[in-house]
Amino acid sequence: MYSRKVIEEFTDPKNVGVIEDADGVGETGSTVDGDIITIYIKVKDEVLEDVRFKTFGCVVAISTSTMVTQLAKGKKIDEALKITNKDVIDALGGLPEDKRRCSGFALAALHKAIEDYKERGTA
Amino acid sequence: MMSTMKRIYMDHSATTEVDPLVLDSMLPYFTEKFGNASSLHSFGQEAIEALSAARQQVADSIGAKANEIIFTSGGTESDNLAIRGVLAKKKNDTSRSQHIITSMIEHPAVLSTCSFLESIGYEVTYVPVDSEGVLDLDKLERSVRDDTSIISIMHANNEIGTIQPVKDIARIARDKDVYFHTDAVQSFGKIPVDVNEMGVDMLSISSHKIHGPKGAGVLYVREGTELEPFIFGGGHEQGLRPGTENIPGIVGLGKAMSLAKERLGHDPEHMLRLRDSLIDRIFDSLDDVRLNGHPTQRLPNNVNLSFRYVEGESLLMLLDVKGIAISTASACSSISKKESHVLSSIGLNADYIHGTIRISLGKDNTIEETDHVVQSLQESVGKLREMSAISKS
Repeated sequence: MYSRKVIEEFTDPKNVGVIEDADGVGETGSTVDGDIITIYIKVKDEVLEDVRFKTFGCVVAISTSTMVTQLAKGKKIDEALKITNKDVIDALGGLPEDKRRCSGFALAALHKAIEDYKERGTA
Repeated sequence: MMSTMKRIYMDHSATTEVDPLVLDSMLPYFTEKFGNASSLHSFGQEAIEALSAARQQVADSIGAKANEIIFTSGGTESDNLAIRGVLAKKKNDTSRSQHIITSMIEHPAVLSTCSFLESIGYEVTYVPVDSEGVLDLDKLERSVRDDTSIISIMHANNEIGTIQPVKDIARIARDKDVYFHTDAVQSFGKIPVDVNEMGVDMLSISSHKIHGPKGAGVLYVREGTELEPFIFGGGHEQGLRPGTENIPGIVGLGKAMSLAKERLGHDPEHMLRLRDSLIDRIFDSLDDVRLNGHPTQRLPNNVNLSFRYVEGESLLMLLDVKGIAISTASACSSISKKESHVLSSIGLNADYIHGTIRISLGKDNTIEETDHVVQSLQESVGKLREMSAISKS
């Protein structure tokens, strides 16, 4: 029911981990929901030099987390903000219709991390 | 991807493979003995003989009489027939038609039937269970009303394996003159099921859970219990379940039940040894694990575990990639994370509820397979915890 690409990304996720000196951190979800996604970003000259994640959640939560980090890494911040949920799902070779609930969480966590970075800059 | 890997099946509460002896018993009834049991000619005669023999096998396996066996399409239909059949029969008896008692942890076959009945005006009491999944007998007794028609409480739970005190429930039902139905779909073949010993009026069994074919089941109906059918047609199955009998399925079911009964002294003991060894070794190798359900009053083949900091579906998929088939009770859908009603009813904490899996053993699982499962669980849980946003570190 999951695409081959989803299973590949899920079983061998890239960019797992914490960035200790991150420039921005974003978290979505709760234990009650059953998904928590934290995204860490390292920024240099407005480019997302490193993007990492830690995720507690289902197959969709984990595979979208790793895909979001892969799509965002190396992009300028304004470009990264243009990544859509559809881009993430397409890059995963699609998601089953009834499993899309958690698919937006990882992207939302990335947006929060960028917001956090911007707030730190203005502080 | 799976072709070169030896797969391990530990999801026997979902379904089981058909026993070769069962399959052999069925095969002639697809081809040379294909008759309709309602026909008067020799083809029909062969079908009738097969039907009677299977009915006797089923009856003997649960200590019943042959005329107390109604063949159905499976557990869900049997549960529906028991509950709706009693209510339909009592519909003109206004003093006795309004109220149903069940538990909070029943199978959807019972719970969804009850919620449908609520939607058309019946009242249902859902009796709670304790943290180990055992029914609160006092609450059950106190919930019986003058207009209660039926009590339906499962023999053993499909998720956490807890075995209910059915004899005590039967005693209460008898004292209050209320029918008692039990869903024995998970328990038959694992623990003794004898309708007189248990004192039940009705009992459901499904064929595919006990190495029989899918699409066949039984409702035991104690002599004198009054039911009305909810589907209508010819007079088959004493008019309670019209429709041409599924002879191959019924023959397979009869054989599967006989075999399960014969093996009752052996198979459950084997599964129990595997179960307890599996539980012990998982607890030895991993922290932050809990066993759900009753420690001893549980099915010999049921292991239901919650792993903190991991999510059940992810664990299931990692194990599947390693060739191990288990199941999870909570499912993630487009609208919500659907929590298991059973785990909520035993008061399991949200920290654990999402990280729950069920391993259900079968008679042919081996200790070597459990070794592989323990090792794979250790690796997979470790991997997910490394990745988890809520690990304790």
